[in-house]
Formats: sequence, structure tokens, C-alpha cells
Amino acid sequence: MTDAPATRKVSGGRSPGALGPLFSALRSGLSRLRSLLSVTEVDTRLLGMAAALGIIWIGFNIVSGGNYLTPRNLWNLSVQSSSIAIMATGMVLIIVSRNIDLSVGSILGFTGYTMAMVQVIWLQNVPYAWVIAIVVGVVLGGLIGAFQGFIIAYGKVPSFIVTLGGLLVWRGLLFEYDQGQTLAPMDPTFQLLGGGPTGSLGLWPSWIVGGVVCVGVVYTLINSRRKRRRYGFPLRPRWAEVAVGVIGCAAALGAILIATSYVWPPALAHTYALANQIPEPPGGLQIPTGIAFPVLIMLVVGLVMTFIATRRRFGRYVFAIGGNPDAAELGGINVRRTIVTTFVLMGILSAISAVISTARLNAGVTSLGVQNELDVIAAAVIGGTSFSGGVGTVPGAILGAVVMQSLRSGMLLLNVPSPVQDIVVGCVLVIAVGLDTFLRRGQSR
Amino acid sequence: MTAAGAAPLVEMRDIQVSFGGVHAVDRVNLDLHAGEVMGVVGGNGAGKSTLMRVLSGATPADSGTILIEGKPVSIANPRDAKAFGIETIYQTLALADNVDAAANMFLGRELVTRLGSLDDGAMESATRKVMNRLNPNFKNFKSPVKSLSGGQRQSVAIARAVHFNARILIMDEPTAALGPAETAQVRDLIRQLKAEGIGIFLISHDIHDVFDLSDRISVMYHGRLVDTVEKSKISADEVLAMIIMGKKPGEATSEELAQLHV
Repeated sequence: MTDAPATRKVSGGRSPGALGPLFSALRSGLSRLRSLLSVTEVDTRLLGMAAALGIIWIGFNIVSGGNYLTPRNLWNLSVQSSSIAIMATGMVLIIVSRNIDLSVGSILGFTGYTMAMVQVIWLQNVPYAWVIAIVVGVVLGGLIGAFQGFIIAYGKVPSFIVTLGGLLVWRGLLFEYDQGQTLAPMDPTFQLLGGGPTGSLGLWPSWIVGGVVCVGVVYTLINSRRKRRRYGFPLRPRWAEVAVGVIGCAAALGAILIATSYVWPPALAHTYALANQIPEPPGGLQIPTGIAFPVLIMLVVGLVMTFIATRRRFGRYVFAIGGNPDAAELGGINVRRTIVTTFVLMGILSAISAVISTARLNAGVTSLGVQNELDVIAAAVIGGTSFSGGVGTVPGAILGAVVMQSLRSGMLLLNVPSPVQDIVVGCVLVIAVGLDTFLRRGQSR
Repeated sequence: MTAAGAAPLVEMRDIQVSFGGVHAVDRVNLDLHAGEVMGVVGGNGAGKSTLMRVLSGATPADSGTILIEGKPVSIANPRDAKAFGIETIYQTLALADNVDAAANMFLGRELVTRLGSLDDGAMESATRKVMNRLNPNFKNFKSPVKSLSGGQRQSVAIARAVHFNARILIMDEPTAALGPAETAQVRDLIRQLKAEGIGIFLISHDIHDVFDLSDRISVMYHGRLVDTVEKSKISADEVLAMIIMGKKPGEATSEELAQLHV
């Protein structure tokens, strides 16, 4: 009906030299694939990222001689990604509404140390001190976010400046009040939230989670089909529904299978067997680890944030503001309140990540979360969030965090020195965004 | 044309807006009755858009009062204006480019389910119904509005304004991006809305549009209101003289009028 073909023919003409035909072939191939995929209504960018992740994984597996795609490594990868991934889901909304938050690492450090203070110093020997600690941390994170958001939205100070200030202030305050002291150990129950073989669901609960996910996928598909039929909208073909359902469930169950086939390390299993007086079979006790708690938290956060971003008014407003702030205001949206809310959410998510990081480290330290803001922003951007505003998805940001962590852990496995790791991650960031911009220019939508 | 005696639907008194010492709108008085189309014309920078933005809550007035059906009201932001049934089609269309037609149509007034989640199905369904009436060729309900043509984007902006039972409609250059067929559709729409008793402010550069559709015409010149005149009592030339020279009919000499045609 509209201008679809007009934008597409630029490709060959503009690309210089021998690369021209290659690029246009790449583009036409992609556009054909895209039209096939558009029937299934699957997000092509997300799919592209999943494919990139697959290539990274297989590549590292080959280079490392099969040491990469092991249950143990993938399980570790999932735990290591969770803290950054949780914050990235909030960063998506911040960047989508044309703001930035540079203070998340410092908020993480500040709230994490406060939570350590609560359970180690202030509420020593109080039952459920760890619960109180988490509540205090999350509320504190929300308040810090609200404070920064208020200055940004009502004081009209650019978010870059306010959160740059926050980056310095919250870390500085932390230094002032902890004097470089490390607080340890955390409450034993609190520690479980950091993951580790004991901080995981184990065999059956993991499979139950997998089952719930499958039921959720199928229910969502059926529900959306029913709604479309009710309004008489075009349905997607039955094969596409079935394919999406089967692939979704297979991915969930496959992940559970991998997580549960990682068994406790022999030494830990041995201690456990002795402590519980379980007779050990030859070769030691095989205890499946299953989904780690941080990963479970990440999944729940991801679901909730996706729901907020796509199914709630607030999320709709965030995207509208990013698309056209004036139109949002003229449309009657309370833009300033919406902006403050994005920063409150970001603060809360930073505190949730602080729970995981503090528990995982089993200590409150000054340096917790240093430079996390850069990883979080990179994850959101690799995950398809556009700095010009209005574009981005929560699942994309989570995938972005996993991509970054996959690169880092792969290079660690290959003993790549840390400076080189930074160089690679930096290049990947720029290339990913460049490639995305390039491919989108050739796209008709 | 209008029922004498009844309070006007809208009355703007002594409205004043300045931007850094420049009087964009200088003590303007204007009224509008139900079922009336008021043409608001003037050159670039005459202040007609700013005046209308005051009424739609987009630009706060420095001073002056707005009365709706005789009662003074305070319009501080677009939400207030909408609460009084004032809908606006902005010249810039004011669309969020990255979301689809339904999301734009219901922007700020989303339909939600009992649990407060967005009811996208209901919104799309309503959008399809409205669009069927306004622009039957409109088919791209799923794509972000930035991929739509100018005319389609304009239909989205119009649909948004007429869907919510407006009592007062402000149309700022509603046909600027439209082809002849679509322009004719908008003209029909204006007549239809007028018949339904909606009061319409029609801002346009196109004097013929204004002459065809308006009951009265207000001319602005350098922030001031030159005059408001009954269309039936004035010629297009006289309106043109008001726009270009800022002179009331009768003040301009016939030579000056003749100059306009050079």
C-alpha cells in the first residue's frame, strides 16, 4: 500500500567497489528470510541475536576443544549474566525514553553494602534479618532512583549529568561510610541468592519451572489466537503457531536439561553425603544442580519487565516519549512522572542486582559494581536498544547481557588477557550497533 | 447562524502570550458556538497557531481567561483541555512515530482490561472501525506510523481527534499533507462534525478552504486579532487584505485591494 519498495533499492548503488554486490546480496537474502519470518511474527532482531549467540558459543567450543559447551560452563555463564541482565532490563526503558543512567554501578555498590550492614552489624542475631536487609536495600535503591529522576524530570537537568553526579556521589558516600572495610559473612540463607550449587533449585523444582514455562508459552499462544478471532483480525498460520510453541518449549526444556545435568562438584557432594549420612555410591554422589536462584530471579524480573514494557500503560508511555516527547506531552501523557518512574525502577533493579552480587561474593565491599554501568548500557545496546530513543526490548537486553558474558567467559577460558578482552568487547559493541544500523537502513519498515 | 442568547461554547478573553518580549498573541478575544466552523487565518507568525495552542493546553497563556459554556476554566496542560472535550489536530500531527496507529489513536487514553493491562485487541478493533470511516484505504494497522505516507499519518491524527466525542475541535492545517481526494474527505468530515453540533476552529493557509467551510472568519496579524467577520458579508479579497495588511474591511482602499492581484 505504501512506500515499501522505494527505500530498499538504495543498497547496490551506494556501497562502493567490490563489496557492493556482496552487501546487496546479503540484504536481499535477509529480506527474503524476513518476509518468511514475518508470517510467524517472530522478532527478527531477537532471532538474529540468538543466531549470533549460537555462533559465538559454537566458535568458542571449537577453539577451546569442546570445553565451552559443557553443562558446567553454561551454568556458570547463566549465573554470571544474571546481575547485569537484571539491570539491563531497566536500562532499556531508560534509554528508550531518551535518557541514560550512569549511576547503576554505584547504586549497586551503595545498596549492596547497606544490605550487608543490616545483616552483619545492625541486626545481628535478629531472625529474618536477611529479609529486612533486602527490603531496606530495595527501598533505598528506589528512593535513590526517585531522587535522581526527580532532578532530571522536574529540574530539567540532563540525565547524563545527574547520573554522572550520582556515579560519583553514591560511590563516594560508600567510601566515606565504610572506610574500606569488608563486611562478611552474609546470612547463610541470603548467600543462597548468589547462586552456587547449593543456591540452586535442584532436580525436580527445575523441571517444574520448565513445565510452568511451557504451559505459559502454550497459554499465551492460544490466548492471543482466541483474542484475534474474537476481533476478526488475521490469524497467523497454524504451522507458525505450532512451530513457535514447539521451539519455545524445546528451548525452555533444553535449558533445564543442561542445568540439571550439571552435578555438584565431587568435594561438595562428599561433604553433603557425610553430613546427611547418605551412603556414597562408587564415583560419588551425583546431585543435579538445576536452575540457580540468581537465574530464577533474572527470569522473573525479565518477565515482569516485559509485561510492564509491553502490556502496561506506563510502558506504552515510555515508548511514546522516546518516539516523540512533544507528541507524548500533547497526547496528555504525564511525561515527567513517567520519567521519574523509569528511574525508580532502575534503582530497584540495581538493588536486586546488589542482592545477587553481595550474596555471590558473600561480602559487602566498597568496589562492588564498579564499571557495571558500562556493561549494563552495552548489554542494552547490543540487545537492540536505540540511543535515538523509542526502540528496544527487554528480552533483547537480557540476550545482550548473555552475549557479553559469553564473550568474556569464552576469552577467560582461552586465557585471553584482560586488556585484550576489553578490546574485543569494545569492538563487538561498536560492530553490533553498526551492523544493526546498516541492516535496518535496508529494511522497508 | 447561532442561537442568540446562549453562552458560546468557547470564549477566549484578552489572551496574551509573549515569547521573550515578543507578543505572539496580543490581547485577543474570540468566541465559538456549537455547530459553528470558525476559520482562523493569518500570515506566518500571525499568532494563530499559538492562540490555538493556548486553548489546547500546549502553551500556557500569560494572561486572559477562557470560558467554556460561560464558565471560566483553567487549562494548564493538554490533559485539562481534553477533559473539557477540546481535541486538537496539530500541524505537526504530534504522532509517536515508533508505535502503530492504534497506540497513537489512544495515546494517553489507552483502553485497559479489568486488571489494568493494555487491551490492544479492543484498541486495534476500534481503530479499524474509525479508519474504515475516515480512510477506507488504510491497511497498515501493525506498522509504526513512521512507515506510513503523509496522508495516512494525517488520517491517524484526525481519527484520534474525532474518536473521543470532542465538543470543540481545533484543526491546524488539516489538509496540508493530503491529496485532492483525501482533502475532499476531510471537507466532508468537517461538514458532518459541524452537523453533529461540534464547534470547530479551522486554521488554514488555504483561503478557499476557509471560505468554503467556515461560518465566520477571524483574521490575525502580528499577534493581534484584526477582526472576526461573517463569511456571508465579506469577499475573499477583503479577507486577503486583512491578512496581508492587517486592515479591517472598509479601511483598505480599492487601490490597495487592486494591488493584491498584481
